[in-house]
Amino acid sequence: MMEVTVISGKGGTGKTTLAAAFASLAQNAVLADCDVDAADLHLILDPLVEERRDFLGLKLAIKDEDKCIDCGRCLDHCRFSAISEDFEIIRDSCEGCAVCQLVCPEDAISMVDRISGEAFISSTRFGPMVHASLMAGEEASGKLVAMVREMARKVAKNSEKDLVLIDGPPGIGCPVIAAISGVSMVLVVTEPTLSGMHDLERVLGVAEHFKIPSAVIVNKADINEDNTNKIRTYCSERDVPFLGRLPYHDSATESMIKGQTLIEHVDNPLAPIIKDMWNKMEEILSE
Amino acid sequence: MKIAVASGKGGTGKTTVAVNLALSLKKCTLVDCDVEEPNCAIFLNTSMQKLEEVRLPVPVFDLDRCTYCGKCADFCMYNAIAVFPEKLLFFQDMCHSCGGCAILCPENAVTESTRKIGEIDHARIAELDIYQGKLEVGEPLAVPIIRRVKEYAKDHSVVIYDAPPGTACPVIDTLKDADIALLVTEPTPFGLHDLKLAVDVVRKMNIPLGVIINRDGVGNDCVDRYCEEEGIEIVMRIPNDRRIAEMYSNGIPFIFELQEYREIMLQSYWRIYQIAEAGP
Repeated sequence: MMEVTVISGKGGTGKTTLAAAFASLAQNAVLADCDVDAADLHLILDPLVEERRDFLGLKLAIKDEDKCIDCGRCLDHCRFSAISEDFEIIRDSCEGCAVCQLVCPEDAISMVDRISGEAFISSTRFGPMVHASLMAGEEASGKLVAMVREMARKVAKNSEKDLVLIDGPPGIGCPVIAAISGVSMVLVVTEPTLSGMHDLERVLGVAEHFKIPSAVIVNKADINEDNTNKIRTYCSERDVPFLGRLPYHDSATESMIKGQTLIEHVDNPLAPIIKDMWNKMEEILSE
Repeated sequence: MKIAVASGKGGTGKTTVAVNLALSLKKCTLVDCDVEEPNCAIFLNTSMQKLEEVRLPVPVFDLDRCTYCGKCADFCMYNAIAVFPEKLLFFQDMCHSCGGCAILCPENAVTESTRKIGEIDHARIAELDIYQGKLEVGEPLAVPIIRRVKEYAKDHSVVIYDAPPGTACPVIDTLKDADIALLVTEPTPFGLHDLKLAVDVVRKMNIPLGVIINRDGVGNDCVDRYCEEEGIEIVMRIPNDRRIAEMYSNGIPFIFELQEYREIMLQSYWRIYQIAEAGP
């Protein structure tokens, strides 16, 4: 079973739009939305939820007021600024490390599970989909990404799918690392802007760091042809396959409003280009 | 006054708003809190000076003392340590630097050193100060760098935070202590969906907010209707103008060439100020 993650470094490059288009081209895949902060894939794929599971994020320290003697050792040792001056636990800052529990001489602190979100297994018109939602302001999105991937792998195994197609988060931090670790390939969607190029370099660096093969797609390529050519050259210098370029086109927004993928959207000049990219990707994967 | 420019979704124009607003105000401090992909400096066409390295404590294991009792591995909530009968593995990427293993080791076999996870850079253009946090490639922890970079602007009078995308840890840390959150969105279903999540977070944190619609005209009126229903003020609209997109692609702030927008930015700032003053 292969796993492919669509990432972008920068947000708003069209990652989800492309992932949805690929989802409608994939014949035998499980889809996983790992952009758990701003999950949008469901807006196009319209999943029917069949199973939901609580996501237990970081643990949370709670204090027994009767036992606490205000000695302040918890405050001295907490490295996450999660203990206030009057020795109360600040929920939003607690990373659940349990050091406060370790140093408390009165056994006043215990660690409890905290439900930080939900994960879902759903069905869509293109096959099964695993997605999640993080509760407002909750942390540990990397851990939730890992949970979504784990569930998607199980679904793939049980239903004999040969590909898990992952819509990844933006950036290069914790959730991205969780979304790409161990995958067969990452597809980097970028745009020909100076910031897009800057972020492309960083995200390819992350893929390289974890030794994951990558390939690049330029979206909105005609916004700046010079930069698009520079990206192409950059990719060939780095030996990263360049899968192609998509021009800016209103159909990307129109199809989103209609809840369709770019492949389903009628009379759409982008569809054949995306099909070509998909074929190139399959070729690389089969090598 | 601390203004956080956030968005839920990436690519909506946070950096565009933050940079153009800062340039319009002229005298202020811009803090790039999108430490995974800091982009403000690209638009300011300036080279940054390194101020400091951000380092985090990391445990060091003295294997001559270690008895492989496994207590550190049992304690570690982040699965950063694995202990076998005669082997100890430490996974640096998983470590949150809580210091627990060093405290509890019965053999005093754990001490702490530090590792670099990123850096803080600074530049000054006329009366504009820019601070940028930058996460090292391959490092997962953005939050300690965000906390550190914000320290530099703590006592400055007008501060603009360019927030990372999303609604998780890095954004929450950027929003803490902000007097107002400006949520930049696009008038599309994706934009609206992520705006709702961001509004949820900002309201939960009890911070006043305003919405900025970027690429106005590109999609439909779903964001306008939502804001009206929720009583959220739209403090600025940036039209869907190809000239702006092209300038962006070349790293040029649009107020440089579209002078009329400086006035619009300043008027919006006045509204932003009033909303922040009125409180949540």
